[in-house]
Amino acid sequence: MSDANLPIDRRPWLLLSPALVFITALVVIPMAFILVYSFYENIDLAVDVPAFQFGNWQELFTDSYYHTAIWKTLRLSVIVTVLAAVLGYIPAYVIAMTKYRHKWLLLLLLILPFWISFIIRTLSWIHIFGNQGALNGLMNLLGLGDLPIQIMYTEFTVIVGFIHVFLPYMILNVYVSLEGIDENLEPAARTLGATPWQAFREVTLPLSLPGLAAGSLLVFVLTGGSYVTPLILGGPSDFLFGNLVYDAVVTELNWPMGATLSFTLLFLLGSVVILYSRLMGMNQLAKAFG
Amino acid sequence: MMKPRVWTLLKFYTLLVYGFMFAPIVVVLILAFNSSQFGGFPIEGFSLRWFYELAENEAIVRALRTSLLLGALTALIATTLGVLASMALVRYRFPGKQWITTFLISPVLVPETVLAVGLLIFLRWLHMPRSFMLLLIGHSIIALPFVVLVVQARLIGIRKDYEEAARSLGANPVQTFFQITLPLLMPAVFAGALFAFTISFDNITATIFWRPSGMETVPTQIFGMLRNSVSPEINALGFVMICITVGLPLLAGGLARYFSRRKI
Repeated sequence: MSDANLPIDRRPWLLLSPALVFITALVVIPMAFILVYSFYENIDLAVDVPAFQFGNWQELFTDSYYHTAIWKTLRLSVIVTVLAAVLGYIPAYVIAMTKYRHKWLLLLLLILPFWISFIIRTLSWIHIFGNQGALNGLMNLLGLGDLPIQIMYTEFTVIVGFIHVFLPYMILNVYVSLEGIDENLEPAARTLGATPWQAFREVTLPLSLPGLAAGSLLVFVLTGGSYVTPLILGGPSDFLFGNLVYDAVVTELNWPMGATLSFTLLFLLGSVVILYSRLMGMNQLAKAFG
Repeated sequence: MMKPRVWTLLKFYTLLVYGFMFAPIVVVLILAFNSSQFGGFPIEGFSLRWFYELAENEAIVRALRTSLLLGALTALIATTLGVLASMALVRYRFPGKQWITTFLISPVLVPETVLAVGLLIFLRWLHMPRSFMLLLIGHSIIALPFVVLVVQARLIGIRKDYEEAARSLGANPVQTFFQITLPLLMPAVFAGALFAFTISFDNITATIFWRPSGMETVPTQIFGMLRNSVSPEINALGFVMICITVGLPLLAGGLARYFSRRKI
């Protein structure tokens, strides 16, 4: 009997309805409200009137301050993503290919940092790079140079902080796709005369690209949407687009501008996600969590 | 397989990455016991005083209580919704399933900053003030996709035959769920709930936007304390938090392994 002949079943919809109502009310409708609110007019701190005017959008499109922030955010997100891919691929490969009996332990160790509070992991870099940090302490011990050297509150520390927090996403995604590759393929390529490097480049690497792409997407989007890491580890000029949203809403209480900036961030990062799902499909993203 | 020399090099590289991941965390754990007034190197001596001060810091204890309650309730809501949705997605065939799955996972793909501002503006339009309730439903929506993914993955592995056997013996769907499916699904429900709790307990990006003035969770409390400096008290708090979020799941996992082995 084919599915088409079955009567329409209401039970799955009954089970799904709480979650669907929840997401519609708390995600979909609010997103629509961001767009509506971006046309409102801000009069004073936390005072705005319903309007249909393009003032906020005009400001966004003409003020070079916002363009700089968008450019900086894209640039930093690309840097973090590329570095995370470079740093993450090899550990994922080693864990996937090792003959070590306690493979699960190696993977567990990588998942452990996931459980450690984001803010603790972020601020911990102050202990490494700060004036009284481990690095300066070590150099002092060795009697090196003019101390303390200033490393904190630069773009470098922001990048390090981001990579530290998001690297497990990359490693996990690459690992999952490497695990899914038939382990006979590389030896097969070798018997056909490929060198180990050729076998890797022609067989394993292409087959692991979906995982690499999924990890890269996550790292890119997560970095692009952040504001806490630059706030803690960066200097005054190391703000990202998320920081502008934070400033508009939390500091200036300019809700319409906050909405305009939020919608822009959603649009920019959303385009990346849609482009990705056109190319790769959404399934790969779900795999890493199963 | 790579040549042994290349393989050794790769293993060494991997070791360095592990070092990169753990070095800063280890430093926090060590500095929590630093007796010096200012957190940092060189370490002057070993002391537990920051843990005592932590226990007497009312603001932190209050934040901890808020976070624990929030995390527990978030786990309850997100897990309930997630299990119901997963049952529908795995056990039934219906049109538009792929779309529904993407829709359920969509909160992950919206930047948290945007999610936070959107919900806040919606509430502002409704003339509702920020509240604990907002934090709770907000955290639940952030945790829901992860619960769905975890529970769904496990549910696929549980054969439908058991449920069908129970049905053929006369159990109704609700009885079947509570007596057959749920017990089999329990590890995933537990994992999902733990996941949701950790996500809520850890959340700062959206929480800063959603918390009512005067209410702090542990991460926002730490964030506020950071404005001054990284005091040893923060490190002690970090130590406690690492013990809660790493120690508890490890203990739970270890106990589960221990008991499951004894049963056989």
